[in-house]
Amino acid sequence: MTPPADTPAASTEHPAPAAAVDLAASVPAGTEETPFRRLAVDFAASRLAVLGLVLFAAILFVAIFAPLLSPQNPYDLAQLDVLDSRLEPGARSGDGKHVFWLGTDDQGRDMLSAIFYGIRISLGVGVIATLGALALGMTLGLAAAYFGGRTDSIIMRIADIQLSFPAILIALVLLAVLGQGIDKIIIALLAVQWAYYARTVRSAALVERSKEYIEAATCLALPARRILFRHLMPNCLPPLIVVATVQVAHAIALEATLSFLGLGLPITEPSLGLLIANGFTYLLSGKYWISFFPGVALLLTIVSINLVGDQLRDVLNPRLQR
Amino acid sequence: MTEPTLQVENLRTHFFTRQGVVKAVDGVSFEVAQGRVLGLVGESGSGKSVTGFSILGLVDPPGRIVSGRILLEGRDLRAATPEEWRSIRGNRIAMIFQDPMMTLNPVLNVATQMTEAVRAHQRVSEQAAREQAREALVRVGIASPDERLDAYPHQFSGGMRQRVAIAIALLNRPALIIADEPTTALDVTIQGQILAEVQKLCRESGTSLIWITHDLAVIAGLADAICVMYAGRIVERGTVDEVLDAPMHPYTRGLLESVPSRNRRGAPLRQIPGMTPSLLRLPPGCAFRERCNRATETCFSDPPLYELGGRQVRCFHPIHAEDEAAEEA
Amino acid sequence: MQSIVVLFVMSALVFVGVYAIGNPVDILINPQADQEDIERAIKGLGLDKPLWEQYLVFLQRAAAGDLGKSFAFNVPAIQLILERMPATLELATAAMVIAIVLGIPLGLLAGLKPESLGARTIMAGSILGFSLPTFWVGLMLIMVFSVHLGWLPSNGRGPTTDLLGIPVSFLSWAGLRHLVLPATNLALFNLALVIRLTRSGTREAMLQDYVKYARAKGLSDARVIGVHVLKNISIPIVTVTGLQFGALIAFAIVTESIFAWPGMGKLLIDSINVLDRPVIVAYLLIIVTLFIAINLAVDLLYSVLDPRVRLADAKG
Repeated sequence: MTPPADTPAASTEHPAPAAAVDLAASVPAGTEETPFRRLAVDFAASRLAVLGLVLFAAILFVAIFAPLLSPQNPYDLAQLDVLDSRLEPGARSGDGKHVFWLGTDDQGRDMLSAIFYGIRISLGVGVIATLGALALGMTLGLAAAYFGGRTDSIIMRIADIQLSFPAILIALVLLAVLGQGIDKIIIALLAVQWAYYARTVRSAALVERSKEYIEAATCLALPARRILFRHLMPNCLPPLIVVATVQVAHAIALEATLSFLGLGLPITEPSLGLLIANGFTYLLSGKYWISFFPGVALLLTIVSINLVGDQLRDVLNPRLQR
Repeated sequence: MTEPTLQVENLRTHFFTRQGVVKAVDGVSFEVAQGRVLGLVGESGSGKSVTGFSILGLVDPPGRIVSGRILLEGRDLRAATPEEWRSIRGNRIAMIFQDPMMTLNPVLNVATQMTEAVRAHQRVSEQAAREQAREALVRVGIASPDERLDAYPHQFSGGMRQRVAIAIALLNRPALIIADEPTTALDVTIQGQILAEVQKLCRESGTSLIWITHDLAVIAGLADAICVMYAGRIVERGTVDEVLDAPMHPYTRGLLESVPSRNRRGAPLRQIPGMTPSLLRLPPGCAFRERCNRATETCFSDPPLYELGGRQVRCFHPIHAEDEAAEEA
Repeated sequence: MQSIVVLFVMSALVFVGVYAIGNPVDILINPQADQEDIERAIKGLGLDKPLWEQYLVFLQRAAAGDLGKSFAFNVPAIQLILERMPATLELATAAMVIAIVLGIPLGLLAGLKPESLGARTIMAGSILGFSLPTFWVGLMLIMVFSVHLGWLPSNGRGPTTDLLGIPVSFLSWAGLRHLVLPATNLALFNLALVIRLTRSGTREAMLQDYVKYARAKGLSDARVIGVHVLKNISIPIVTVTGLQFGALIAFAIVTESIFAWPGMGKLLIDSINVLDRPVIVAYLLIIVTLFIAINLAVDLLYSVLDPRVRLADAKG
């Protein structure tokens, strides 16, 4: 019954339409609307996410400048005095020179410094493992999407099977077989994570692949590798960024868990997980600070990354983009 | 003369959205006499469904009833408490929705969905409720009701599902049934069956019926009275014969003329030019002005609802019989 | 069918991992034996035969239930694991129960009034539940409830009684006391998951036509939510949590270590630490089998719960 829109009006007058309410937010004149800028503005809409970002920036700062920031190098045996061990937070050292703001552990190490170094290692391992998994997963995912057919099925089958097992199990098995060591942990974390990236990239790439600019590139007989990396990849980045952020947090948590269980990093490279493990036995006798503060540091790291990741996910969601 | 089953006076239901206020129902008044059928006709966006929901108090936020009176058998519904509302719904007023596939819960069987409707309003055992459900299914013409009771909605055809919905509506012998486009989602052949069914049942039980539709052909054989709605208001009201044989509002006439069977074969189908206005940006004055070939300067102001010989029309230039003849020539 | 393939693939992978990557001699033979014993063992285990032959022997033995002997305890690895399984299963089941019993009501609340303070608190809590590493939460639980308040024990399992031949500890008060902390710790991740699932399911369901129709029939809110909505959302929730059961058993590894709970997980960690590799291999294979069994069970459960699937299968 509804008449079609393009029927020419018979003999009615066409009064000027009432002034339409301008519902679009106006961009202040003179500012350039680059994608990055828009991303930044959208991101800042959530105060919680900005808080997370600030927190993370602080943690990153600590991680990078740990040696400069720590009052004491906790792994320089010459600086340690076993008489200072197990002191409460706020206590003074035996020679009266420093204050141990967060207490000391059983070896007399300043907890604050240990935490700073620990953050450095935890964050470092987490980020490197994630980047590695990203590279591996991305390559495999792109290959699966681009070549299709059997390559696709094989890669995705393996990824699916792997994803159906809990990460911790896979990591444990790998470590049991490979042994301890920082490189082995990174390999384990990599093996656990690559599948997420592969799947994400593959879905995004499949969508892009059917778009015209890829056809054009193929017609130009560009080599597959070039098409993959110069053309497909950049457009698959947004979902990747979201996954990567969240996965860094997972990687850090997983490494901490593994170290806590005694299977992760060796004692020479104590991450936050190891610090927590060290303090476990003292928990029951009330010397909580040896485990508690590294735990809080771990928590803050993970939560800040998650906050950032959550907001990034909302902001980069193509379905919400105007 | 008994009082009318339902009286709606100046009902206004507005939706308060971020883009502005949508006046979905803006000053609607009508009555339904006992045992009578009222047809509420209009396009999508005219406010007819919202009117139906308003009568049941089922308008979801951001909408709400802003003003007006709704009297059910003389009782003011807007003064009812939530618990009173609950006891009226499905009991004194029942509703039949448009798409029974969406309205019947897919994971519960038909018996459950029927007995719960009974036991929400009558203190009877599950057995007794099931008996009532069974009888209701027989009344709407469903064979082997016992099997059907234990079945799930997706095992029924569209027509059968709608019959079940009608059966549910009749369970507690309501005074009024509101049917919101119940046959729109059905095949044309089934439509006819359902229509006949509903008509018979209402006559038998003396239940009043409001039939909401956009299809004039459907309403022609069923209704006693018709209200035509446009942009949230009633633009014409009268008995079915009056409105369909001699429409007064240009919109009504336009609707009638666009019905394919009314057009001569071979001649181009007549249409109403233009589009329904967005309820967010109603033009000043008569909402139909921009599409009307009888519009004049006067139409820039809001036309009131005029009474003309027992009928009502909201137009400054209603069509009279002589005009019709003149235009045909 | 596919599951059997997975089982084979996994067994092949484990086999390769044990026999080809590591030094097989180290893995299967106690490294403290002397040279003669080692050579005898090599012959005995058939390690001097070609790889594919070894694999067949492995499969044969595995089918018969022989997955090697534990170095540390000198009993068949399988026996060790099966002894500990009830403890882990009890822990995982308790965690699952907690997650569902607490999670669904909380999620419903959050879904029905999403803008309320209660809902926001619950959602914030669920984010924490996701992000906090399980072991840290365990530590905190011990710190607060065992050390500080002294209410609950921090390690071990309570006394067990036999239920249908399986030793369980939750039937006694003492047993429950020991079960509470580790089960809660393990449940946290799943609890967050259930809350989020229930909340989004509820929000979606409330917008559906059948809810409006149910209200139009004059049903009480309690019934609309408790029967109509709940039945619809419970299907995806149950299936997801069912699948999570496998993850619970895996995460129990951490919880068992912290709370010294004598289950399979703790056995695994101990074995890894002392390089008791037959136990590791046996654990892996059993876990894989368990996973596959869980997947099958969940598939079955789904068809029982959703009448649409059930009847389509019956017809087709």
